[in-house]
Amino acid sequence: MGRIELTSNPVLKRLLVNRWPQWAIFAIMLAGFLFAILSGFIGTPVGSHNFSIVFVWIGWWAVLILVAVPFFGRGWCAVCPIPLPGEWLQRGNVLGPDGDAPVRNKLRHWPRALRNIWLQNVSFTLVALFSSVLLTNPTVTSIVLAAMIFLAIGLSMMFERRTFCRYLCPVGGFIGLYAQAAPIELRIKDKAACVNCGSKACYNGSAQGYGCPWDVFPGGLTKNTYCGLCMECIRTCPYDNIAISLRPFAADLVKPSARLDEAFKAFIMLGSAMIYAGVLLGPWGVLKNAAFQVGTPAWSIYAAAFTSMIFVILPGLYYAAVKAGTAITKTKARMKSIFAEFSSALIPLGLMFWVGFSLSFVFTNASYILMAASDPFGWGWNLFGTATVAWQPVLSWLVTPLQTLALAGGLLWSANTAHRTGLQRRISSLPVILFCLLLTIGMAWLLL
Amino acid sequence: MNIRQWLWPSMLVLAGGLIAFTPLPRDKPVPEARTIRVEAGQFSYTPGKIRVNTGDLVTLELVSTDVVHGLYVDGYDVSVTADPGQTRQLTFRADQPGTFRFRCNITCGAMHPFMIGKLTVGENDRLLRASGLALIAAISIVVRPGKPS
Repeated sequence: MGRIELTSNPVLKRLLVNRWPQWAIFAIMLAGFLFAILSGFIGTPVGSHNFSIVFVWIGWWAVLILVAVPFFGRGWCAVCPIPLPGEWLQRGNVLGPDGDAPVRNKLRHWPRALRNIWLQNVSFTLVALFSSVLLTNPTVTSIVLAAMIFLAIGLSMMFERRTFCRYLCPVGGFIGLYAQAAPIELRIKDKAACVNCGSKACYNGSAQGYGCPWDVFPGGLTKNTYCGLCMECIRTCPYDNIAISLRPFAADLVKPSARLDEAFKAFIMLGSAMIYAGVLLGPWGVLKNAAFQVGTPAWSIYAAAFTSMIFVILPGLYYAAVKAGTAITKTKARMKSIFAEFSSALIPLGLMFWVGFSLSFVFTNASYILMAASDPFGWGWNLFGTATVAWQPVLSWLVTPLQTLALAGGLLWSANTAHRTGLQRRISSLPVILFCLLLTIGMAWLLL
Repeated sequence: MNIRQWLWPSMLVLAGGLIAFTPLPRDKPVPEARTIRVEAGQFSYTPGKIRVNTGDLVTLELVSTDVVHGLYVDGYDVSVTADPGQTRQLTFRADQPGTFRFRCNITCGAMHPFMIGKLTVGENDRLLRASGLALIAAISIVVRPGKPS
């Protein structure tokens, strides 16, 4: 199946090249983000009645995991407000270059040893360990949101480009991982044009725009993971050689990555979805209390179990499955790279686990959005007449069928990815597919 | 695409449809009246899992042990609220088989949105069917003819 170039449409191309539409969305997002921080600090401590909890963890999360990531990959990163203040300060401009080539600040390069997503793996794990408090306490949500924006500003003042987004953002890490499954991509049209290009304006910047904020040379892009869809390269390329295209789902997984940091991101996300499904949606009060009572011995055990699950148990079992695959076909190969490549099979499954988990609590709690929209601080306002709408699950009859489809579809997708990787490396994918099947049945048991 | 190429996906769709929708043979126990005491405390129910037979007349006696709690049953759209120390009853006919979440519908604290229990009416067919569909999905890749897409 081929690609359909969206940027061949002149209207869409103009909308993407022009900075104003993106800036208008940025402005709305930043206002909403700052309002969420404010409401968390000054609004009611009751999470389900506070804008910060309701709009971030129900509204934004639903859009992110059910729509943005599966269909637009890093589309959220294209409009995320978190890097904006830092980037504006770094550039000395809030819109674009003033007509001359942008000034290149003498900022430091991010240390070579940290140019991977291990820090994002750690930052997500930290957020995940405290998630029961984060998801329910408006003040904590605001502290975390504010910390992210201040960290992004601080890093923008010290290091070049969007260091926070690329190497630290706990959300950006998994968006990048799952963006590989999305049916949209930004790529060059003609490799020769990039080879012969002297200015490399897409990376270095020009009078038309800034050098890639994500520290990516678009000419070398082969997957979505690290392209933030910021559109700068579309603006700067002197040869009109950048295209945004529709493509088959998961096209990036045809040639899987052999990086361990990305492999562990897949395990972290897969394991976290299962743990959340058990702890947050399950009937076990002991688990809920352990996850919520941060700092207690029960929480310490929970945290130890959580980290063991995502960093040791799941990867260990998966390693054994991959090893069994090599034993079946009697293939001698370097286990580290094979293990990492096979882990890409967990990307569709993990994404669908998150979809299944999110369907449950998003549909159940969506009615809080109406309440919080009318009374964002929980102060008794009724701006749109919806503050007194009673809590009521939405489309609850649809949740189980959709979850079932998500899980079975995710397994089908993952098994196909594993099978293809197995054929490429001449290794049996059977144990890996069995591993995915058992996890899927486990997740179904937790959700259904 | 010729007939042979259509045959495999068609068989899979048929198998999936059978697994998803075919009624399963079940013993049909005589419906009875059941009363189950459910203690609600931040942020869980005891028992957290309730199993009844299809057709049973179920009475849940909700007892709150700390603050005001509610109990709303997904799918049945029925609910009850109990003040601390108070016992309130919720009676309904369990005529829809399957597994349903019951959850607190009165804001009771930080973890309120996750104060959830599980009601299974009859057998959990949904889990069986989902597992069957997952199995079909895995088999379809392992034994299918041709190359992966």
